[in-house]
Amino acid sequence: MSRAALLVLADGRFPAGGHAHSGGAEAAVRAGRITDAATLAEFCRGRLHTAGLVAGALAAAAALGTDPGELDAAADARTPSPALRGVARRLGRQLLRAARTTWPSPELDALAAAFPKGAHQPVVLGLAARAAGLGPADAAHCALYESVSGPATATVRLLSLDPFDATGVLARLAPELDRVADAAVEAARRAAAEGVDALPAGSAPLLEVMAEAHAAWPVRLFAS
Amino acid sequence: MDGVTATGVRASARIVARADGRGATVLPVLDGEGPLALRRVRSAGTEARVMVVGAMSGPLGGDRFTLAARVEEGARLHVGSAAATIALPGQAKGEARYDVTLDVADGAELHWLPEQLISADGSDLHVATRAELGAGARLVLREEQVLGRVGEPSGRLTSRLTVRVAGRTVLDQELACGPGAPGGWDGPAVLSGHRAVGQLVVVRPEFEAHPVPARVLGEYAALVPLTGPAALVSAVAPDALRLRRLLDELLAQLG
Repeated sequence: MSRAALLVLADGRFPAGGHAHSGGAEAAVRAGRITDAATLAEFCRGRLHTAGLVAGALAAAAALGTDPGELDAAADARTPSPALRGVARRLGRQLLRAARTTWPSPELDALAAAFPKGAHQPVVLGLAARAAGLGPADAAHCALYESVSGPATATVRLLSLDPFDATGVLARLAPELDRVADAAVEAARRAAAEGVDALPAGSAPLLEVMAEAHAAWPVRLFAS
Repeated sequence: MDGVTATGVRASARIVARADGRGATVLPVLDGEGPLALRRVRSAGTEARVMVVGAMSGPLGGDRFTLAARVEEGARLHVGSAAATIALPGQAKGEARYDVTLDVADGAELHWLPEQLISADGSDLHVATRAELGAGARLVLREEQVLGRVGEPSGRLTSRLTVRVAGRTVLDQELACGPGAPGGWDGPAVLSGHRAVGQLVVVRPEFEAHPVPARVLGEYAALVPLTGPAALVSAVAPDALRLRRLLDELLAQLG
C-alpha cells in the first residue's frame, strides 16, 4: 500500500464535495445541542459509533471486493432518511468522478455504469481506495475520519468555534477512531464470508430525524 | 420452558396463523410458556388476536427468550402484550437475549404491537427482531424502548430490527444504549437525554408504486419512505407516553 495515496484520498481538498456537508452538525447547532467543544466531541463520538461505523464497514467491504450492488442496498437499509440517502448518492457521484480521473480503473467505470445517479459514498470510497492500491483498513479510516471531521469543520463556521479547539476534538477522538476502524474491518471480513447482513447497522435516531427537518429549511449554510 | 438453571431461563413461544378458507383466521399453533405465555383474545373481523401475557418477570440476566410467529397466506394476525416487558438484572451473569422472528407470507397481514420494553438499571439485554415478508405481505410493527424506570438510569440495551420484503432488506437498524454502550449514545447525535425511543414500520404493497412523502412531526419524530414497499416512523421523546402519542399520530396520517 502507498501511504501517500491514503493522504491524497483523505485530504479535505480532494475535490469530492464533502466540504458542503456538516454531517448533521448544522441542525444540532440550531437546536442548541452543539454549543462548544465538549458537546461537539459528544456529537462526533455518537456519529463515530453509528453512521461512522456503518460507513467504515461499507468502505472496508468495498475495498475487499464485496459486490458494490449488495453493499449499496445494505447502505439503503441502514439509512432510513431519504434526505440522507440522497446526500450519500450525490456525494458518491462526486467522489466517483474525482476518483475515476485520479485512479482510472475498470471497477470504477463499472460502478459508474451501474449507478448513473450515484452509489452510496462509502461504497465509492472503498472502491476508490482499492483503485488507489489501498486496503480495507485505509478505506475504513478514511470513512470514519470523514464522519467526524465534517461536523468539526462545519462547527468552526457555524459557532465561530476556535479551529484549534475543533482540531483538538478530532485529535482526542483518534484512539477511539482506530478501534472503531478495527471493528469496521472485522465486520467487513465477516460480511465477505457470511453476506452483507453481517455488516453493522448502528443508528442515531436524532441524526435521522433532524436530517429530514434540515432538508426542508429554506435557507441553510450546509447541504446536510 | 427448559426450567430455571444457573445460566438463566430459556423460554420460547410459537404462533402460526392460518386462513380457514371461510374468511377467518385460525391458530393451529399457539405454544407459549412461563414468561412468554400466550392467550387468544376475542377477534375483530377476519383477524385472529393474540396477547402475550408474561407469567414471570424478565428477561433477567442470562435468560434466553425466543418468540416466533408465522402468518400464512391470506391470514391476518394481531399480536399485543398485556403489559410492558421489563429487562432486569439477574442472578446469572451475562446478557439476556430476546429473539423475535416474524414470517409473513404473500397476501398475509401482521399487526405486531407489543407494549414498551423497559431497560431497568443494571440490566443487560440484547433484543433482535427479524421480520421476513413475502412480496404482497402487509405489516404494522411497533417497537418502543424506555431507558430506565421512572427516575432511574438506563440498563444496557442493544436492539436490532431487520425487515426484509421479498428477499430484500428494506430496514436494518441497531440502537445501543446504557452503561458500556459505545460512546456518544446519550449525546447530541443519538438520543440527547431522551429516555424513550421508538420505531413503527409499515409495509404495504401499494407503497412500492406510491411511496409515502417524508413528513416531520415537531422536532423529534419523522415519517419516511424506505427503499421498497415500506415506511418508517421514528421518534424520540422524554417518556413512554409522549413517545406513543407521536407514533400514533404519524401512523394515523398514513390512513
